[in-house]
Amino acid sequence: MDAAPEAKTIDAAPPARTRPGVGAWVQAVGMLPILVLLCIGFELMSHRFLTLQNVSIVTQQAAINIVMAAGMTFVILTGGIDLSVGSILAVAAMLAVIVSKLPGLGMLGIAAGLAGGVVFGAANGLLIALVRLPSFIVTLGALTAVRGVARLLGGDNTVFNAHLPFAFIGNGSFLGIPWLVVIAFVVVVVSWFLLRRTVFGMRVYAVGGNPDAAHLAGIKVWRVLLTVYVISGLLAGLGGVMSAARLYAANGLQLGQSYELDAIAAVILGGTSFTGGVGSIWGTLVGALIIAVLTNGLVLVGVSDIWQYIIKGLVIIIAVTLDRYRTGAART
Amino acid sequence: MTEAPPPPVLQMQHIAKTFGTVRALSDVSFAAHAGEVHALMGENGAGKSTLMKILSGAYHPDPGGEIRLAGKPVHIDGPAAARHAGIATIYQELALSPNLTVAENVFLGREMRRAGLIDRTAMAKACQPVLDRLAVPFSPGTRVAALSLAERQIVEIARALLARSRILVMDEPTTSLSSRETDRLFDLIRQLRAEGLAIIYISHRMAEIHELADRVSVLRDGRYIGTLTRAEMTEDALLRMMVGRDISGFYKKEHKPPEATRRVVLSVQDIADGKRVHGCSFEVHEGEVLGIAGLVGAGRTELARLVCGADRRIRGRIVLEGKEIAARTPGEVIDAGMVYLTEDRKLLGLFLDMSVRENIVTGVIGRDAHAGILDRAAARRRSAKAVAALSIRARSDAVVVGSLSGGNQQKALLARLLETKPRVVFLDEPTRGIDVGAKSEIYRLIDQLARAGMAIVVISSELPEIIGICDRALVMRDGAFAGELHATAEAPLSQEAVIAIATGAARRAA
Repeated sequence: MDAAPEAKTIDAAPPARTRPGVGAWVQAVGMLPILVLLCIGFELMSHRFLTLQNVSIVTQQAAINIVMAAGMTFVILTGGIDLSVGSILAVAAMLAVIVSKLPGLGMLGIAAGLAGGVVFGAANGLLIALVRLPSFIVTLGALTAVRGVARLLGGDNTVFNAHLPFAFIGNGSFLGIPWLVVIAFVVVVVSWFLLRRTVFGMRVYAVGGNPDAAHLAGIKVWRVLLTVYVISGLLAGLGGVMSAARLYAANGLQLGQSYELDAIAAVILGGTSFTGGVGSIWGTLVGALIIAVLTNGLVLVGVSDIWQYIIKGLVIIIAVTLDRYRTGAART
Repeated sequence: MTEAPPPPVLQMQHIAKTFGTVRALSDVSFAAHAGEVHALMGENGAGKSTLMKILSGAYHPDPGGEIRLAGKPVHIDGPAAARHAGIATIYQELALSPNLTVAENVFLGREMRRAGLIDRTAMAKACQPVLDRLAVPFSPGTRVAALSLAERQIVEIARALLARSRILVMDEPTTSLSSRETDRLFDLIRQLRAEGLAIIYISHRMAEIHELADRVSVLRDGRYIGTLTRAEMTEDALLRMMVGRDISGFYKKEHKPPEATRRVVLSVQDIADGKRVHGCSFEVHEGEVLGIAGLVGAGRTELARLVCGADRRIRGRIVLEGKEIAARTPGEVIDAGMVYLTEDRKLLGLFLDMSVRENIVTGVIGRDAHAGILDRAAARRRSAKAVAALSIRARSDAVVVGSLSGGNQQKALLARLLETKPRVVFLDEPTRGIDVGAKSEIYRLIDQLARAGMAIVVISSELPEIIGICDRALVMRDGAFAGELHATAEAPLSQEAVIAIATGAARRAA
């Protein structure tokens, strides 16, 4: 069946959309004013929001979510979801701290954390790409199971390392910029490059836009899907290393709880479509910054913990509303 | 048709519609009488669907126009008002809920109730006679998800019939119907006409217009061009009105039919999927256009998908250019030199949110890339060349492909396939849902490719197309080849012969 063509021709009706790159950019810019307004608003209310010190705190707070949301962007662009990133972060942090205690091999903690992320990301990816289970269900299971693994690793205790060899990641600076922020920025730039300048990136958009067409066009859809979940796992692992480095410690039960929701919220706020195929990493960056500014600003102006929850939750719903308004279709 | 027509049941006068700055319709007047089939023709973008959407309440016309029903001015301010006024519209995009049953769909929005509860028995009972009239193999309790596209269309028709409409608008209702189903539909339309309905019938197919229409009105560029009576309707006259110029040599066939000595490019032996395709063997020669005809559901698309690796085969050999292809995925088959143009470019072909350029280069970006990094200059060059070669009309190749007209979308998808430099091209319904101009361009392209030595397999439900462009036609029935027809210089393929084989009326090879 072919759709009624007339309303869709250029002659009959002005085309509503431009190319996705520009569209995504417009989306990001669409949210950028909100970020700026929030910053100005919090500054006017607290008079200490826009200090150098506070901005540094906000960006550091945002850093880990930016990294995880970058991975989530890849996943959501394919039309999937990764609910397990918070739990993977916890496992990675546990692994990083435990391995860091090995005498002389402490720096291996970084590799251990990243490897942990890759392993669980690959497990998600294999089930989704090859067994073809829905991503929501696979990663919902992983959310719980991997959390259990994280608790198991430390015998359900907090693990410490006061002499963490890579603590500089969480607390040091590079040319005056906190390492956390540097890492987040590098992750965003690399993600942009992967998405926009590589064959793989174009295939991510193609698979998300129309998986059947991608298959017929000769794209190995399973490989693209597997890769995005590995990337998501890897970046969740990196988030774990960053958390551990910041705290000199990790706790399998508490660390990364509900981080997946912040990551998803950042991606959706950034204008990436839940149906896949449309979106950009810059939007995700803006989305993550909005969440960080909200969290920090609400504390600064003295909003109670309870209201912070309510406001953050509403922001997620508004984000999905925007997504729906933009795509003109009802979506989850 | 012999006596003077009764006063028009529908008059649309001075209807105009603008979208933003674009005039979709300007000063269109149109009338339909009770008991007539009034065909509405025009190229895509001519304004047919816009006009009918105004009639069905989906669009509001610009002020100044008037709609009269049986002489009385009416104000149609929404779909509900149109339904209430007795106007039923069957759109191309079917409006059915696949998870509900046939009866539930037919009565959607006006469910029968007893004591406030849904009365499924009564709905099924009311639905059954209409389904009987349509002679369908399913029952009111069948879930729509289990029906073919053709059958779903019939459910739509049943819904309109049960609503007892006075004016029935049908937008290309036969697009997905087999010829047997089409015949049945036509019988029904004649019956409805005899019962006094006014039927407005939108179609691109000349044959249907000739068979069915009492009058035909033509729109072009949002303007009313004229109305022809049955006696005046010739293909040439209609084409001239639609296009605004002479179209000679609509079907392009300048390439020579291959001689028996011509090289075999593709040889398929006893291929089967265990479901819809039961052991098909065929060969395609260099520079040949092979048609595969048959009814909807005969297994033509399934066969093409099987050969091109889109679905798994359980047996069969495929030999391309003398080499056996063991490939199991579309990617491997494309690399081997064979491509498949899907019949459903929106669902299975294009990335609608991506640009024309990205859609064109999808198949070859891997070949152009260096260490996985896109060669954007190469992509731009390829795309610019393809856009020019296929005359894809878009403001630029950076616009989203979904914003193009059907014909240009199809050309963009074709461009993607041709970029891979294939030896064999399978084209599944290559001109479905595209306008006359784009059709003739695609025929010209097929002819060009054949002259360049490519082997082309065309699957089509439009017999004039098979006859007009193919050198040879295989006819499928029930998942196997039922016959083969050759075109020669003296004797072109005959429509009757194809139909006879496709329906099982005759088993012969001409």
